[in-house]
Amino acid sequence: MAFRGNLRDFTITQLLNVINLAGKTGTLVVEGPSETAKVSFREGKLAYAQIGEEDSRLASVLYKANKLTAGQYRAIQQRAAHLSDKELGLMLVNAGYLTQDEILLHLQQHFTDVVRRLFTWVEGFFHFENDMLPPDDRITVRVNLENLIMEGSRQLRELEQLQDEIPSLDMALKFTDRPGANLRNLNLSVEEWRVISYVNPRNTLRQIAAATRMNDLEIRRIVYGLLQAGLVELVRPEHMPAPAVRMFPTDNKEEQKSLVNRLINRIRSL
Amino acid sequence: MQTVKIVVTGPFNAGKTEFIRSVSEIDVVSTERKLSSSAEKTVKESTTVAMDFGRITVDDDLVLYLFGTPGQRRFDFMWEILSEGMLGFVVMVDSTRPETFREARSILETFRAYAPTPYVVAANKQDKKDAWDVEDMRHALRLDSKVKILPCVATDRETVKKVLLELLYSILAEMEGKGK
Repeated sequence: MAFRGNLRDFTITQLLNVINLAGKTGTLVVEGPSETAKVSFREGKLAYAQIGEEDSRLASVLYKANKLTAGQYRAIQQRAAHLSDKELGLMLVNAGYLTQDEILLHLQQHFTDVVRRLFTWVEGFFHFENDMLPPDDRITVRVNLENLIMEGSRQLRELEQLQDEIPSLDMALKFTDRPGANLRNLNLSVEEWRVISYVNPRNTLRQIAAATRMNDLEIRRIVYGLLQAGLVELVRPEHMPAPAVRMFPTDNKEEQKSLVNRLINRIRSL
Repeated sequence: MQTVKIVVTGPFNAGKTEFIRSVSEIDVVSTERKLSSSAEKTVKESTTVAMDFGRITVDDDLVLYLFGTPGQRRFDFMWEILSEGMLGFVVMVDSTRPETFREARSILETFRAYAPTPYVVAANKQDKKDAWDVEDMRHALRLDSKVKILPCVATDRETVKKVLLELLYSILAEMEGKGK
């Protein structure tokens, strides 16, 4: 089945959200106006990323991070170009230049920086290649996407777009019971923590905005980020009375059930 | 004669009119007008401006009405009127047009705010090769795992029946849950 579309309709943040929640494995290919990015995921976590012809190999990443001198980088290019990233990484660890954790940290930073750059892309087409991963000789990482999603969401500033996402401030929030959603691993701003502290099905967004002294745009922006990261969901406030409109022609509960069962039987018989 | 109603909503060109037409025993009373916007005309020639109306007679004493809402925001003043007293609602989403998912989610939230009635999401046009996978749509639409999202082809009566039945099962389950 297709997982493809246009960035004008579906932002990178929203794509990361789908990949995160669905725990997808594969490569997101984004064809921008001037270059193509390939971002790989394993079980919903960022594994690898590359934009255009930019070098995402280990030696290049470490050189750009000032962990290799120009001389060392040149020497690797000349004498160890045949080594895979994994072999080079092992060599650097064994030689005491870097620890394994340092290597992974720099790769993580590089790959997340690639994704951050994609946040600025508003034109282009995307598709997701299931199960396509970078070559085996590359070192992959496992980066939770929630923080990146929050970062991307913070860049959505247009009120009109936010109103589409969150049409009513009379709804409330509750924490999702999705396994894996963990507040402790997230880098939240002070404002986001303040909103989090009021998340409760009894509090409407309007009330939270009043309590935290935020305007409509500010509360929508923060709630949008929390929604995108899959931490909360919108619910009808607990105290909001249901409209006093008759759904059934009878108030008798048994007759109501009988009526629904008659509807079911009729639809089945169509 | 007792009457009950189910509302079928969703973005422009999601397939609401077709959905109702597939199961209605009467020709759908459709308030369609020629489209004025050239952008919308590239998708279809006419659209629902007030509502679609279909009917299923259950027995001598009970009739189910199906109301389809207009899909464009400029007609959203009709939504609340149509949602009054509904048993539940179906949100139709075109599986081949991810550009409409945001709008679908917004419509869903709006209807949830109108009434706390059960609802299901129908992932329409699943027969098309560009259709998104139903579970990917669940995440894109930010639907809780408990919300039913059902594959659908609005012109195929069997899948339409399945969507309506799942909505009715949800209505029944909620009534039984409240009764406990």
